[in-house]
Amino acid sequence: MTMLVIDGSETSIKSFLRTLSPVDQVGAESRAAMLGTRSIKTASKLWAIDTAISMIDLTTLEGADTPGKVMALCTKAVRPDPTDSTVPHVGAVCVYNDMVRIAREHLDNNGGKSIPVAAVSTAFPSGRASLEVKKRDTEDAIADGATEIDMVIDRGAFLSGNLAKVFAEIVCIKEICGDRAHLKVILETGELVTYDNVRKASFLAMAAGADFIKTSTGKVVPAATTPVVLVMLEAVRDYFQMTGKKIGVKPAGGIRTTKDAIKQLVLVNETAGPEWLTPDLFRIGASALLNDLLMQRMKMKNGQYSGRNYVTLD
Amino acid sequence: MTFEYSPAPESTAIVDIKSDYNLFIDGKFVPSKGGKRFATINPANEKVLAKVTQATAADVDRAVKAATDAYRKTWSKLSGAERGKYLFRIARILQERAREFAVLETMDNGKPIRETRDTDIPLAAAHFFYHAGWADKLEHAGLGPQPKSHGVVGQIIPWNFPLLMLAWKIAPALATGNTVVLKPAETTPLTALLFAEVCQQADLPKGVVNIITGDGATGAAIVNHPGIHKIAFTGSTEVGKLIAKSVASTKKALTLELGGKGANIVFEDAPIDETVEGIINGIYFNQGHVCCAGSRLLVQENIKEELLAKLKRRMSMIRVGDPLDKNTDLGAINSQAQLMKIRELAESGDAEGAERWSPECSLPEKGFWFPPTFFTGVSQAHRIAREEIFGPVLSVITFRTPSEAIEKANNTPYGLSAGIWTDKGSRILWSAQQLKAGVIWANTFNKFDPASPFGGYKESGWGREGGRHGLAAYLKGDFA
Repeated sequence: MTMLVIDGSETSIKSFLRTLSPVDQVGAESRAAMLGTRSIKTASKLWAIDTAISMIDLTTLEGADTPGKVMALCTKAVRPDPTDSTVPHVGAVCVYNDMVRIAREHLDNNGGKSIPVAAVSTAFPSGRASLEVKKRDTEDAIADGATEIDMVIDRGAFLSGNLAKVFAEIVCIKEICGDRAHLKVILETGELVTYDNVRKASFLAMAAGADFIKTSTGKVVPAATTPVVLVMLEAVRDYFQMTGKKIGVKPAGGIRTTKDAIKQLVLVNETAGPEWLTPDLFRIGASALLNDLLMQRMKMKNGQYSGRNYVTLD
Repeated sequence: MTFEYSPAPESTAIVDIKSDYNLFIDGKFVPSKGGKRFATINPANEKVLAKVTQATAADVDRAVKAATDAYRKTWSKLSGAERGKYLFRIARILQERAREFAVLETMDNGKPIRETRDTDIPLAAAHFFYHAGWADKLEHAGLGPQPKSHGVVGQIIPWNFPLLMLAWKIAPALATGNTVVLKPAETTPLTALLFAEVCQQADLPKGVVNIITGDGATGAAIVNHPGIHKIAFTGSTEVGKLIAKSVASTKKALTLELGGKGANIVFEDAPIDETVEGIINGIYFNQGHVCCAGSRLLVQENIKEELLAKLKRRMSMIRVGDPLDKNTDLGAINSQAQLMKIRELAESGDAEGAERWSPECSLPEKGFWFPPTFFTGVSQAHRIAREEIFGPVLSVITFRTPSEAIEKANNTPYGLSAGIWTDKGSRILWSAQQLKAGVIWANTFNKFDPASPFGGYKESGWGREGGRHGLAAYLKGDFA
């Protein structure tokens, strides 16, 4: 296997990324489509629903977010279905920086101490700000209680070939996170466009210190398509082979239904492998998905669909 | 935590299998004149599905007579547009009854429902749609101003893609104005007999399609019948040679689609994960019962270890078992005889010093099963590098330079298919020019389309099926 020799210089990064195998678009898409035909029924479906719920980064990232909205989201994160205590809590709550403190306090006061708060930092979603601003943004979020930082990469720098800049920013934010916060690096694959870019950016982020690689901000379409997630899962699997380190994957954006979520779990199971099927290594960034999972769960338990009003809005 | 997929069996309620089947001659199911019955079984559990008829020479004669009458009285008198209407109708019925065909094919053949559902049946319908479009445009096919049909065509098809091979044979024959006597393989006759019902449902004039079941003796009776003008055969090279000898002294036209020992050539710059998928698809698709299977993996020596490590990991995820389960990737071997053949050749690999590898997988007790397997340390001289195994067994051979890869790929009596895996466009074009194979895939494998001609070099066959080239096999004209 290839050895990782990156000292942060443009040359070292480029020569490492050149050793990566290319991705064939047609082949990757047809593999993802084939895995999409897996038929997950009965007990395995119930297991998948609960696993997916426990992997959700329950997210609200709107200009219109208010303390009231965030608190409601946190309540739901702790007990997604108030009528059924067997439903697991979600993986994390994901908010903008200024909502971190509110989310943390509300979770702590409502039985959600173990649920981390993730903050989207570094001038999310575009990343178009100076490094100083991005650092400060991250420090703020951690000071307010965020234990997971979802940072964006500088896609402009990546696309113009300035890989050292992308790398250095991740290294810098990782330093700030230290052991206080987990770092998720958002590639914004909808802007990187090609699967070769997705694979390269995945390795770049992992080599720079990402704990997780994340597809998208949710603000760009397309977001977490199944072939993109497939390519990223192959990257973490290969990186583990090279280094012995397991990096997590977080698809975000466009995963709205139970069917979508189960497809993601199948991708994980048959690509990175079953050992990645844990909230420590796989998260799904979503908001609407949770209610669909809850409705499907009710249907499987009761044998019939309950109306939309049998699950809480937030 | 493990994600165990619960059983997801496709229901068999949709199929209505009769206990006994007669022969389909002149638009009706009729009893044989003196022929016995034989059983067709489900190779996944060895249960008898139905009894079908062993057609005798007298039955073949009746079928040829019906086809001759239909040719003279109706089919050759219809315009191309009218013939096309029937083909369109058949294509639509196949689509409407796709699930029924998929389930029946899986039961009779042993191949996974995912493949019958997503490959066999949709492609069979596509062949009828494609050829329906040609029926009224034959004079524009570049085959002369007024290409003529042969008359009665005898068609003998194999058990690996029963309905699909039927479609490959019947669709072009009817589009070009011929009538048909077709014999499905003895282990997989049921979808052909269901297709006979489709012909009735489509109101196809009687005698245009005749389907008679039986073994090699029935096939020989078709080949040797003087009333037949053209033979189309898909099957083993061994039988193909016998047929070629039989028709050599006659005026019968002949197309043969025979065996293969396809090379899947992987260069060092290949997109490796997709290449692994392509290797899997090349040899473990349809249990390796594919004449154009990529049964020889030619890998550049400097990436062999990396590629095989990935291949092993991927093979350990192949789901072997109940073909009717929607998540099954590898189904049952079609027959006891084929299983014995695969075992015998695999054992010759062991004996000749190659090293066998299979993932851990539990095989069902009943039925015919062989795990996905590859051999390393294979040399060109080994039997497993030269003979068609027609099973889920891959022979891994290394090369050092592009020209060595081509030499090894071409060093076979066969010449049906090849695959090229590289990120370099120029190398794809260069390799494709050197390879002696009828079908060459670049960065993919086992992709089929009715518009694309299919056929072999050397002992892999004569003539082409599909596309404009495939029409030529069913027409006489200035081009011949």
